[in-house]
Amino acid sequence: MKKLIAFLCLLASGTAYAAGAQVHLDTWPEARGRNLAALQNGARLFVNYCMGCHGASLMRWNRLNAIGLDDRQIRDFLIFGNQKVGDTMSIAMRPADAKAWFGKMPPDLSVITRARTSFDYKGTDYLFTLLRGYYRDAASPTGWNNVVYPNIGMPHILWELQGPRETTIERIHHESGGRGLVREVSVFDAAGNATVTRTPVQGHAAEGTTFSFKAADPALARQFDAEAADLVAFLAFVTDPSATTRVRIGVWVLLFLAFFTVLAWWLNREYWKDVK
Amino acid sequence: MASTSDAHDAVDSGRRAALVATGVVGGAGAIAAATPFVASFTPSERAKAAGAPVEVDLSGIAPGTMKTVEWRGKPVWILRRTPEMIASVKKTDERVADPRSLRTAYPTPDYARNELRSIKPDYLIVVGICSHLGCSPVGPLAAGSNATLGDDMGFLCPCHGSTFDLAGRVFKSKPAPDNLEVPPHRFLSDSLVLVGDDSKA
Amino acid sequence: MPLHKTEHKGVLGWIDQRMPSIMAEYKKHLSEYYTPKNFNFWYFFGSLAIVVLVIQITTGIFLTMHYKPDARHAFESVEYIMRDVPGGWFIRYMHSTGASFFFIVVYLHMFRALLYGSYRTPREMVWIFGCLIFLVLMGEAFFGYLLPWGQMSYWGAQVIVNLFSAIPVIGPDLSVLIRGDFVVSDATLNRFFALHVIAFPLILVGLVAAHILALHDVGSNNPDGVEIKETLSPSTGRPLDGIPFHPYYTVHDIMGLGVFLIVFFSVLFFMPEMGGYFLEWNNFIPADPLQTPSHIAPVWYFTPYYSILRATTEPFMVALAAGLAVYALLLFFTLRSRVAKYAVLAVSAVVIVLMVGGPLKLDPKLWGVVLMGASVLIFIALPWLDCSPAKSMRYRPAWHFWLLIGFVVVFLVLGYFGTQPPSPVNERFSQIGTLLYFAFFLLMPWWSRMGEFKPVPSRVTFAAH
Repeated sequence: MKKLIAFLCLLASGTAYAAGAQVHLDTWPEARGRNLAALQNGARLFVNYCMGCHGASLMRWNRLNAIGLDDRQIRDFLIFGNQKVGDTMSIAMRPADAKAWFGKMPPDLSVITRARTSFDYKGTDYLFTLLRGYYRDAASPTGWNNVVYPNIGMPHILWELQGPRETTIERIHHESGGRGLVREVSVFDAAGNATVTRTPVQGHAAEGTTFSFKAADPALARQFDAEAADLVAFLAFVTDPSATTRVRIGVWVLLFLAFFTVLAWWLNREYWKDVK
Repeated sequence: MASTSDAHDAVDSGRRAALVATGVVGGAGAIAAATPFVASFTPSERAKAAGAPVEVDLSGIAPGTMKTVEWRGKPVWILRRTPEMIASVKKTDERVADPRSLRTAYPTPDYARNELRSIKPDYLIVVGICSHLGCSPVGPLAAGSNATLGDDMGFLCPCHGSTFDLAGRVFKSKPAPDNLEVPPHRFLSDSLVLVGDDSKA
Repeated sequence: MPLHKTEHKGVLGWIDQRMPSIMAEYKKHLSEYYTPKNFNFWYFFGSLAIVVLVIQITTGIFLTMHYKPDARHAFESVEYIMRDVPGGWFIRYMHSTGASFFFIVVYLHMFRALLYGSYRTPREMVWIFGCLIFLVLMGEAFFGYLLPWGQMSYWGAQVIVNLFSAIPVIGPDLSVLIRGDFVVSDATLNRFFALHVIAFPLILVGLVAAHILALHDVGSNNPDGVEIKETLSPSTGRPLDGIPFHPYYTVHDIMGLGVFLIVFFSVLFFMPEMGGYFLEWNNFIPADPLQTPSHIAPVWYFTPYYSILRATTEPFMVALAAGLAVYALLLFFTLRSRVAKYAVLAVSAVVIVLMVGGPLKLDPKLWGVVLMGASVLIFIALPWLDCSPAKSMRYRPAWHFWLLIGFVVVFLVLGYFGTQPPSPVNERFSQIGTLLYFAFFLLMPWWSRMGEFKPVPSRVTFAAH
């Protein structure tokens, strides 16, 4: 049993790197997930910006009571159509239409933070970095690209909340043709025009991609970080709404079991006393 | 295992104490563990949503006409009674089986235990299912339009011929034993009624 | 017709006069089943396995009340259970945690047998039923895993069912027969549901009953490997080192249950996904027949065997053929019977040709399936492979114990590589691991006899506590 846990711990460790893109992910501030105001803000952002294309059809509206909203508030501020508060948070867009318009249906977000988790990184970190990792790219069909998910099909819906930024992406990789390592620096200005410079790398360097942003309005960009954190908090809540109840009950169950086991140990001793 | 009977009793009482303690605590734990399983039998959120109260807008109902809405899979009739219809109810008092709605098989709520069986005299709100064997009666029928009803206005169940007046009260000597059920309901405003919920807001 | 005589009073007496088997069986299997008094930690896992079986059946019944075995509704019905059914999340987590704990408990239960020689004579039937339980349990887990209809469910089933297509001649048709369709689909889901919910559980319960009956017929082994029935009390005729299972071991097992439940519920309430090993992350994506996830791996408890399957590549076949040749020679010079000697040579020659013999060789894909199957089935052969004069590791040379630990390490390493994507390092380590894994078993008739054995006592070692 000990061996199994040790082996499992060994596997579960490791820094948060998005596979494939080999990009370092930022850490989502977990405390936001326990803050009712943050969760409510996330709900507001979700229905206003995401629900045009993304449903959460396994989640009922009235489950939002758990983040401090009553039925009246949900109906007045969050339900824009004629759904009832007991209905699920589904959208009107049909999969066949979505396929025709976008190429594929934007995924349902009911369990998104779990679906985007892997052995290497948490789904919350992934989404937090993704939402804040957009940059203007004049060469892409939507005009937007993303450092976490290159050539992403979704444009930067929340761009107004973040403001324009200049983006620098540095990629160290092996040039095809076997000429050693190359450092490729792409600078995307706020209009999405890229300036790319390639320099050979002397000696050793770790392969991978790093990025940095320069916001035209740093205060706005910082505020956007908070908004994105709230949205991810909401998505985490939608993915696992019973989490807080589960942990709360768990503490009591384990205390009880500890007590029971002590009694069971006493019972065992009472019988085994006379076994010589 | 030779021991004096005193030592033996001491051993047995020790075992008994431990057995009782572990048994009681274990039993409590078992009941606690069974709770979620029993709870899973109760209506789920989906069932509760499907059975949720229904808001009905009364403004479109012309006098003398009836609107049917679905609540918990059952038809609920909202009949906007004309003064003539209200008068017809007063005339049937002697000929209905339970004029004051005292029977308890489908208990009539306090606010409807009156002659017109409604909160507002203008609106009759009843479940449109015959209390005999569950068919949905037709109506409201005008006086003299049907042999079974005769000169009364009311509802007629086509399955076995039970008839009801325009307060949903069953006529005497009919197969149906009870008046039409009044569902819990309350008025949210003069033109909006919530069927399925009569809690004091 | 006269009633049976009874020593019981009241309602119990009334029943005993009319159905004496109840009390007779109670005596035979509980209150008068004499069990060695020196059981240790490793002896908790049998009763725990029964507990987990009961947990799985009970939670399974309640899940079936809400789950929909239809490809269009399966995934959402699981989330319906998690969100909309009162207490549903608890029942679901119990079932998913229970599935993984079933394998943890069963692996530890089997390890005990390896430590103390519990599969040796006269307990071979207990062992054989146990191996059958293990096989059926693997099938049960495999069928159950399709039901949530996530990406891992779908593609895991697709890959494993496709393995059967490697069988020559009948393979592809067999795969279609298993699936009920040309790819894993709603038809597959429905039949796997039936197999998982009723067919295999019935078989499992029957096998567990047989396993326990077989055990009770010969009596339990113990950490010293001493046969307690060989030393009976002259007055009572009972084993001197035996104590009645009830109340001593019922009470002992309740204590073990308490500790187990602490571990079990710690996982359930605080880390039900267990880092993605008990509830796999990719399975939160609904099954998409048009998109394979970048990284498919079976659930953790199958990964050692999966490693062995993947290790079997064309170059590896050469190593295996060489190993088989050496083994055949070893057998040739060890066996006494002329018939056996030459039969071994002939069979080995045929197999080597099928492994590496130019146009006649079978696909490495098929050999992978064969090796994977063999890696599970070889456990059945243990009673005949283990020729040690002492049953328990306690009286065997210390290096035997370390060899066993080495085997466990190899098993865990194979398991680890089974979770990882394929790579040259992965392949090499898995191949070495495969060779060591089979060597442990196949060379056992020789190594289990070697070394200095300690004298086995006639009475168990027990310290009163």
